Amino acid sequence: MSGLRLVDVRLAAAGRPLVSGLDLLVEPGEVAALMGPSGCGKSSLLALIGGSLAPGITASGEVWLNGTRVDGLPAEKRRIGILFQDDLLFPHLSVGENLAFALPRTVARREDRRRRVEAALVEAGLAGFAERDPATLSGGQRARVAMMRALLAEPKALLLDEAFAALDTALRQSFRAFVFEHARAARLPVLMATHDPADAEAADARVLAPWAAGSAAEGERKRPDS
Amino acid sequence: MARPLRALTRGGRDPFLAAPWLAIALFAAPLGTGLAGTLLPAFGWLPALGGAAFGVAPWQRLLAMPELAGAVRVTLTSGVLGTLGALALAVIFVAGLHARPVFAWLRPCLLPLLAIPHLALAIGLAFLLAPSGWVARLVALPLGWDRPPDLATVNDPAGLALALGLALKEAPFLALMLLAAAGQVEAPRQLAVARSLGYGPGEAWLKVLLPQLYPQLRLPLFAVFAYSLSVVDVAIVLGPATPPPLAPLILRWLNDPDLSLRFPAAAAALLLVVLLAVSLGGWRGLERALARWLRPSLGRGAAPRCEPLLRVGGALSAVSVVGLGLLGMLALSLWSFAGRWEFPALLPEAWSTRSWSRALPLLGGPLWTTVWIAALCAVVALVLVIACVEHEALGGRRPTHRVLALAYLPLLVPQLAFLFGFAVLLAYLRLDGTALAVVWAHLVFVLPYTLLLLREPWLALDPRFARTAHALGKGELTVLVRVKLPILLRPVLIAAAIGVSVSTAQFLTTLFAGGGRVPTLATETLAMASAGDRRSAAVGGLVLALLPLVAIALATAWPRLRARRRQGLP
Repeated sequence: MSGLRLVDVRLAAAGRPLVSGLDLLVEPGEVAALMGPSGCGKSSLLALIGGSLAPGITASGEVWLNGTRVDGLPAEKRRIGILFQDDLLFPHLSVGENLAFALPRTVARREDRRRRVEAALVEAGLAGFAERDPATLSGGQRARVAMMRALLAEPKALLLDEAFAALDTALRQSFRAFVFEHARAARLPVLMATHDPADAEAADARVLAPWAAGSAAEGERKRPDS
Repeated sequence: MARPLRALTRGGRDPFLAAPWLAIALFAAPLGTGLAGTLLPAFGWLPALGGAAFGVAPWQRLLAMPELAGAVRVTLTSGVLGTLGALALAVIFVAGLHARPVFAWLRPCLLPLLAIPHLALAIGLAFLLAPSGWVARLVALPLGWDRPPDLATVNDPAGLALALGLALKEAPFLALMLLAAAGQVEAPRQLAVARSLGYGPGEAWLKVLLPQLYPQLRLPLFAVFAYSLSVVDVAIVLGPATPPPLAPLILRWLNDPDLSLRFPAAAAALLLVVLLAVSLGGWRGLERALARWLRPSLGRGAAPRCEPLLRVGGALSAVSVVGLGLLGMLALSLWSFAGRWEFPALLPEAWSTRSWSRALPLLGGPLWTTVWIAALCAVVALVLVIACVEHEALGGRRPTHRVLALAYLPLLVPQLAFLFGFAVLLAYLRLDGTALAVVWAHLVFVLPYTLLLLREPWLALDPRFARTAHALGKGELTVLVRVKLPILLRPVLIAAAIGVSVSTAQFLTTLFAGGGRVPTLATETLAMASAGDRRSAAVGGLVLALLPLVAIALATAWPRLRARRRQGLP
């Protein structure tokens, strides 16, 4: 069965249930939106799926990707791309090196690698930017590079963790369109966490709010990341 | 030039203005006069000993010394291998293990290992590795040896045991510095991104974090190298005796009844500086070449096959750094209570408290001296450093943090190169041989380590806490005492404990500033170790290690007790 599938997923932080018994199938090319206030467990749920759950959060359930169970696999074997609110381009690498970093080793010839990176830059409207320092790019340009980087790793699913929250309104619309267009073209199941209904509308997404009773309603303030 | 904006907008006066100047004076005097006091006799000028004309005679005499070539070779071998070994152990330890559950157990071991003085760890290591040590006994039992093997496993002529000792001792320091630096970049999320792109945890750490963290590791790394070049106590315990490394050799010449040997000794101390400068220059060149050579590999895609290798390397590194450290301490404890203990036996045949009852009366006085000197140094350094970083946090521009960076200089200059001249200054001030002089000399080293540990957490504190308190009508000092110090209690106490540990571990500084008349745990323990009395050396090494360990235990336990109900504290 293709797509990203969750079976009876439960999450709890310090004994407090966040998500209890979530079943979900996101089909290839489909976008599902997890809506809810800060601290309700959106990011933790994405971290569980991507394989980077912080210690202190307990989880159970199954995660399936295109018919393979992946929740026992280390993050790097799951082939699940992720975009955060910040672009997280690696500051010690140039724009082109950031993209080449993601390209699998199976693309072996140097010439092929260079061509793939150049093509990704053209796709992002950044032809000729390969040698640039990411710090000299605008926020919108950096965001597009981050998306192309995620795609070059040839993921089978894409997670968006408040990926549009840091951009201002105009940029937000164009970057949203950029992301969803490329995700649909690659037939990726997309799961996004957001607190902005406009994000879900823009993607024509199925909206989910699977939070355990009480946890979302309380809207407890999230502790700053330490 | 415009006044700094924050000072302008904050209005009030900066009560900490004098602190950086005081700190600089406190270490600049020893360092400056010390270097001059080495430079002049190195070129023949030391009127007290009849050297009244400049010339290269001291150098000619130094170059004619038969031990010189061997000493330089051993010094460079042990220094370079020790430093590179420590770097490799630290990097592989963190890269290979950071994502594994066992890291939660290993990480807290680093701070105590850092706190144990070099000398104590070296004696413990010698007990493990010596021909009659535990490792040899483990081999001897199944093979049926009844005598220790005739092999120089410690004090080997090439200085490899010394290099190993230095690498094992300095690796926790570099690992802690790496982890502290990683806290300043968005390490967890950068690693999560790299792993979503197909990189294993070890490879992700090496390719994503290490290049970003390395610039911050350079200062500690150079400090380790400078220390390795002029270390004396570890060199006496683990290094070769004929020829010894340069530093013990210089010390031998300085203690020689033939006072004219002080001229070549000063030249040799200067030679240490030259060796250091040339090596660091070479390393910078190597750094650049390595960076150019390795850079293309960052764009070649994930290589998950190297992951198991990194994991094994991390495990080996943990076993050697943490395992050998703990075993060494265990060996110290056993020897201190050992009665009869003949060669291949793994445990003493009889137990006895005689070593303790014999050594303790000798160590009682030095222990008390060590405790109060260490406590005084830690407190003075803490007050000065807090005042300095407050000054910086308040937007003080003069002196800038670049000037304050000079405070790290004592860590980057071989100690011997300025201690010799510093002793001359102390004699001039009629302070030589006093405990006060020892405190001053220790502060030169305690201060930079305190600064290294405290500056980052201090400047990282959200300035809005202070602004909120100011808005509630609290003055600068009230904010410091009632808001900042309680929030930063843990890093402050740890910096103090490391200050205690640095002071406790000082051997050369104590010897020079104290003129041999201020016995501390370090000097007495080394005397016992060089006398070849294992049981007394074990007692001394153990007491020497316990003092900083108690300080670290208090520094970690107190805030934890207090913060049980305050999860937001760092």
